[in-house]
Amino acid sequence: MRDFTFKRDWIYGWLLLLPALVFLFAFTHIPAVTTFLNSFFSTPRGRRPAKFIGVDNYERMLGDPVFWKVLWNNLWYALGTIPVSVGLAIVMALWVNEKLTGRSFVRMAYFTPTVLPLIAVANIWMFFYTPGFGLVDQITGALFGWPASNYLGNPDTALNAIIVVTIWKEAGFFMIFYLAALQAIPVTLKEAAQIEGAGRWTIFWRITFPLLMPTTLFVCVNAVINSFRLVDHIFILTDGGPDNASALLLFYIYEVAFRFWETAYGATLTVALLVLLSLLAIGQFFFFDRKVHYK
Amino acid sequence: MTGTGFDLDRLLNTLAAWALALLWVLPLAYAVWTAFHPAAFEARFELLAPLTLDNFEKASNAAPFARYFLNTFLLVSLILAGQFFLCTLAAFAFARFEFPGRTFLFTLVLLQLLVMPDILMVENYQTMRLLNLVDTIPAIALPYIASGFGIFLLRQTFMTIPRELDEAARVEGASFLGVLWKVYIPLAKPTYLAYGLVSVSHHWNNFLWPLIVTNSVDTRPVTVGLSIFSAIDSGVEWSVINAATLMTSGPLLIAFLLFQRQFVQSFMRAGIK
Amino acid sequence: MLKSTFLKAVAATALSFSTWASAQAVDLQFYFPVAVGGKAAETIQELTDAYVAQNPDVTIDAVYAGSYQDTVAKAITASRGGNPPQLSVILSVDMFTLIDEDLIIPFDDFLTTEEDKKWVDGFYPAFMENSQTGGKTYGIPFQRSTPVLYWNKEAFEAAGLDPDVAPATWAEMVEFGKKLTKKDASGNVTQWGVRIPSSGFPYWLFQGLAIENGATLANAEGNKTHFDDPKVVEALQYLVDLSTKDEVMAPGIIEWGATPKAFFEGQTAMMWTSTGNLTNVRDNAPFKFGVAMLPKKEQRGAPTGGGNFYLFKGASEEQSKAAVKFVQWITAPEQSAKWTIATGYVAPRAETWETETMKAYTADFAPALVARDQLEFAKAELSTYQNQRVTGIFNDALAAAITGKKDAATALKEAQKQADEILAEYR
Repeated sequence: MRDFTFKRDWIYGWLLLLPALVFLFAFTHIPAVTTFLNSFFSTPRGRRPAKFIGVDNYERMLGDPVFWKVLWNNLWYALGTIPVSVGLAIVMALWVNEKLTGRSFVRMAYFTPTVLPLIAVANIWMFFYTPGFGLVDQITGALFGWPASNYLGNPDTALNAIIVVTIWKEAGFFMIFYLAALQAIPVTLKEAAQIEGAGRWTIFWRITFPLLMPTTLFVCVNAVINSFRLVDHIFILTDGGPDNASALLLFYIYEVAFRFWETAYGATLTVALLVLLSLLAIGQFFFFDRKVHYK
Repeated sequence: MTGTGFDLDRLLNTLAAWALALLWVLPLAYAVWTAFHPAAFEARFELLAPLTLDNFEKASNAAPFARYFLNTFLLVSLILAGQFFLCTLAAFAFARFEFPGRTFLFTLVLLQLLVMPDILMVENYQTMRLLNLVDTIPAIALPYIASGFGIFLLRQTFMTIPRELDEAARVEGASFLGVLWKVYIPLAKPTYLAYGLVSVSHHWNNFLWPLIVTNSVDTRPVTVGLSIFSAIDSGVEWSVINAATLMTSGPLLIAFLLFQRQFVQSFMRAGIK
Repeated sequence: MLKSTFLKAVAATALSFSTWASAQAVDLQFYFPVAVGGKAAETIQELTDAYVAQNPDVTIDAVYAGSYQDTVAKAITASRGGNPPQLSVILSVDMFTLIDEDLIIPFDDFLTTEEDKKWVDGFYPAFMENSQTGGKTYGIPFQRSTPVLYWNKEAFEAAGLDPDVAPATWAEMVEFGKKLTKKDASGNVTQWGVRIPSSGFPYWLFQGLAIENGATLANAEGNKTHFDDPKVVEALQYLVDLSTKDEVMAPGIIEWGATPKAFFEGQTAMMWTSTGNLTNVRDNAPFKFGVAMLPKKEQRGAPTGGGNFYLFKGASEEQSKAAVKFVQWITAPEQSAKWTIATGYVAPRAETWETETMKAYTADFAPALVARDQLEFAKAELSTYQNQRVTGIFNDALAAAITGKKDAATALKEAQKQADEILAEYR
C-alpha cells in the first residue's frame, strides 16, 4: 500500500488545491452564485433598487420567443459544427500524416485558422459573403453564372454562413491534436494489419480510430464548449440578424445584459445556458468515459 | 489492391487534400492580397495590380501595434504560467490524494469548465475594481488562471501514470513534491504541450473580457486593438484591417509553424516511451 | 458580500494611494467611441493634448473605448463597478437609458451665466432634440451625423439621366432606380439602382423614410412609440417594395459596412449612408459623385445620429466644472472645424461654419454643406427609455419585413405591442 498516512494526505491534498480554489471561487463560483441569486430579482435601475420577484424572470424566459429561437439556433449550430469539424479534422490529420506531395504547404494551410483572431478573420469572411463583388459570388458567378446571393442577409442562410466560418476555425485547430495522436500510433500495428490483408478502410476503423478515442474525447469537450462560446464573429458578420436568425444563446445573453442592460434577465438566461451545458457535459463525460476505457 | 488502383487512390487523396488546403488558406491569402495592394483592388484580382506598403503604414499610424503585440505576449505568458502552476498542483491532489471533500471539490472544478469567465463579466469587473486592478494586464488574466479544463486534463493524465513509479521514487527518498516534479510532470509533457497550445491560441484571440477591462494603450491586447478598424459608420476598409491583422498575426504564424514541428515530435516521443 | 469582505483590505490600501496621488490637479477620465475610420481617435487625442497643454491645472485621460456600443457598455459597467468616467461621448439616443440608470447629471447646474445659456442655444435645434428632456440639457452634441444620398454621376449619365440631378421624391428614386438597374445577358443584376443598408441598425435609415412620410416614431418623453402608425407601415412597404416589386434594390438584409465598397465597385448607382462617410467616399470613389438630401414624400426629412457629451455622476464639483469647460472648448469653432474636416461629422454649431477654415473646406468640397442644409428638416433619432431594447425589437420587425418573413403591417403591429409592454412603466 501507499506510504502517505491518512491524515497527512488530507492536509497535502487541501494545500495543493488551495491556490487553485481561491481563484476558482473568486472569479467563478461566487460570481456564479450571485448571478443565480440575481435571476430572482428585478434589474436594478438607477432610481429603483432590485427587488425580489420570485420566478418572474423564468416565466418571462419561457414566454420569450427570442429565447426559444436562439436556443434552437444554438442546437443547430452545435449539430452543424461539431461533427463536421471533428470529422474534417481527422481527415486532414490523416492526409497530413501521409507522405503527400507538398505536405508542408497543406499542413500550413490547415493551420492558419489557429493563428488568425476570429474578430479579424470575420471581416475577411464578410468580404467573401458580400453579395455581388464578394469572393463567393465572384466565383459562383464566373463558374456557374449564378446571380448574386445575400448569404448573410437572408434568414435561411445566415446561420449556415456563420457555421461555415466556425468549421473553418475549429477543424484546423482540432487537426493538430489528431496529427499528434496519429504520430504516436506505432507503425508496426498498421504494418501487421496490412500483412494480414486489411484494407485502408478496415485499418482506420479497427485500429486508428479506436486509438484516437482519447483525442476525440479531448476534442469533443472543446467542440461542445466552443459551440456555446464562439460568438466573436457574429458581432462582425450579422450582429445576430436578420431578425435573430443567426443569434446564439451567449450572444443573446450579451445583448440582454450589455446592450439592453437587463442584467437580471441576462442572469436568468445564463442560468439556462449553464443548465444546458451541464446536461451536455454530464452526458458526454459518461458516454466517452465508457468508450475510452473499453478500448 | 492492385498497383494502379493504389496510385489512383493516392492521387485522389492528394487532390482532395490540396483542394481543402486551398480552401483553408483562402482567408490568409486574401489578407495578404489586400494588405499589399491599394484599396481599389480589394475585390479585383488582377495579376498585375500594383504592390504597395501604404496599408501597413496606415495601420501602424492608426494604432501602436507593437505595443498591443507586447501586451498580448505578456498576457498569454502570464496566463500560461499561472495555469501550469495552479493546475498542476490541483490535478496532483485530485489524482493521488485521498481527502474529505475530494469528489465535491472536483465537481466544483468541473463546473468551471462550463461557467466560462466571459459570462460573468459584470461581477468580475466589480472584483477587479475592488482589487484596484482595472486596466492592468493581470486583470485580464486572473479569471482564467485557475482553469477547470487544465485541472481536468492533467488529472486524467496523472491518473494513467502507474503508481509503481512514484512508489519507486519515494523509496529513493523523494518528497511528494519531488515525486510530482521528477515523475509526474515529465511524463505529462504531451498534455502540457497540448493544453498550452489550447490556452495560448484561446487567449491570443480572446476579445470580450479584455475589451471591458482595459482602457489604455498600455494594456490593450491585439484583438481589442484590431477592433479599432472594424469601424461601422464608414465602410469596412479591408486593406487596412488586413494589413493590421498580418502585422499582429505574422510573428505568431511563423512561431507556431516552427513550434508545431517540436510539438508533434515531442508528443510522439512521449507517446513512444 | 463575502467577496467584498475578502477583498476590502487589499482595496483600502490601494485606494489610499490613488486618492493621495490625485489630490494635486483635477483629473478627468473621458471615454470616447470611434465609429468612423481614419483620424477620429487621433484627432480627439490631439485636441485633448492641446487643451491640457493650455490648462496645466487639468489632466485628461482620453480613453478610446471602442464602438458606440462598447463605449456605453464600458461606461455603464464602470459606473456599476463604482469607477465612472467624469465625461463620455455616447450615442444621443442613450440619454433616456442613462437617466434611467441614474448615471448622468444635467449640464444646467454648471451653465449659470447668460453667456453659458447662449452657448447652449448656439447648437442646431435638430441636434438638441435628443439632448434635452424635461427642460434640462443632458447632452452636448459633438460627433453628430445625418444620412444623405450619394449618387454616381457616371452611372447616371450612362443610364441617360442628368448626372447633376438626384432624385427628389420617392417616386423619382424608383423611376431613376429602374433606369439605373442593369442586367447581364443571363438576367443577373450587375448594377442596382439604390442601396439602403439594413444590417445592424436598420431603424436609422428607415427613420428617414418614416419622417419623410410624415410619421414620428416616438414621442419626446421617450415613453411611447408609434410603430404601427399607417404612415410608418406605408414607409416600410415602400422600402420592401424597392427590392420585391420595383426591383431596384438587392433583396434581403443589406450590409452597412460593405455599402461604400459596393458603391465604389459600381454595384449600386445610389446609396444612403451617413455623412460620416464623406471623407471615405471622397478619397476612394473612382468616379464623380454627388451628395443630396434624402428624397421626400410628404416632406424632406432625415434622422440625426451620432454622439453627445454626457456628464457622469460621482464626479466632484471641480471635476464636473472642469469637464464642462473642456466641452465648451472642444465644441468651439476652431476645434470643431478641425474635428469636422478630419471626420466628416456635421459641425453642430452654426458659428463653426462661419470660420475661415470651414469656408475654405466647403468651397473646395461643396457636398459637406448638404448635411448642414438638411438639418432644417431633420428630426430626433428614435430614442426611448430602455432604448436598445425597444429599437432592438423595432430592428427585428424591420428585418422580418425586409426578408419577407412577415408583412409590414403585422411585423410593426407586433413590435408596437412589445414596445408598449416595456414602456408602460415609464408613463
